[in-house]
Amino acid sequence: MSFTINDLAFVLTAGLTVGAALGVVFSRNIVHSALFLILAFLGVAGIFMELGAGFLGLVQILVYAGAISVLIIFAIMLVMNVEAGHTNLPNSSRGIHLGGALVALLLTISLGAAIWRSELSAFPGPQPVSDTVGALAELMLGRYVVAFEVAAILLLLAVVGAIILARGVEEE
Amino acid sequence: MIGLIHYLLLATILFGIGVYGVFAKRNAVAILMSVELMLNAVNINFVAINKFVQTGNAIGQLFAIFVIVVAAAEVAVGLALIISIYRLRKSVNLNDFNLMKW
Repeated sequence: MSFTINDLAFVLTAGLTVGAALGVVFSRNIVHSALFLILAFLGVAGIFMELGAGFLGLVQILVYAGAISVLIIFAIMLVMNVEAGHTNLPNSSRGIHLGGALVALLLTISLGAAIWRSELSAFPGPQPVSDTVGALAELMLGRYVVAFEVAAILLLLAVVGAIILARGVEEE
Repeated sequence: MIGLIHYLLLATILFGIGVYGVFAKRNAVAILMSVELMLNAVNINFVAINKFVQTGNAIGQLFAIFVIVVAAAEVAVGLALIISIYRLRKSVNLNDFNLMKW
């Protein structure tokens, strides 16, 4: 039970991810929030790679750190009408703000304590996973092909709906 | 030394930060970003449990991919809604959006 290089990598990526996530919610400028969000996505991609899910890590970088963050930054640029330092203020109602903080804190503490006291550490250590992409392809186009097709239709509908919503309707 | 518990705890902390962001922010785009953080925490859980408990297949990773697909669709529609309502109200402050309240 010694501290290996893998543990060090986990601690570093986990610290990066949590720090970036805190930056997202506590930053007062929404552009900074968006940049911290990209950092958090990259940290989660690192966690995936440590878990032996290299393909998922690449998908995370491509879809989240690439596409979704560009979309969010575009939207921020389109809807920013006040001074940059006041774009991401906490809720003006103090009760909602403190209540939300309390709910989040209680949720984290209770879930964390439940996980910490559980028997989950009794599971055996990781086994080497071979050919994740092959296994994913077998599942995706075999047993879960209906879900795959539904996901494709959902993406198509979302893109068409987004275009219709963002374009707006012409006044009669 | 790093086991399933540590990954689950990391996911719990990320989820809690996301919950706080959803409650405490008033910018609609910031709330969407907090929801993304929560979805990422769920993905970490899927992959970690796939690796440590359900070894030998990749179903957890497959569902993480489906979650990513749904998240992408959600962000696209959500941002389109925000841009659309910004055109109407010139604001992204959620306290200003009381069209359906009476």
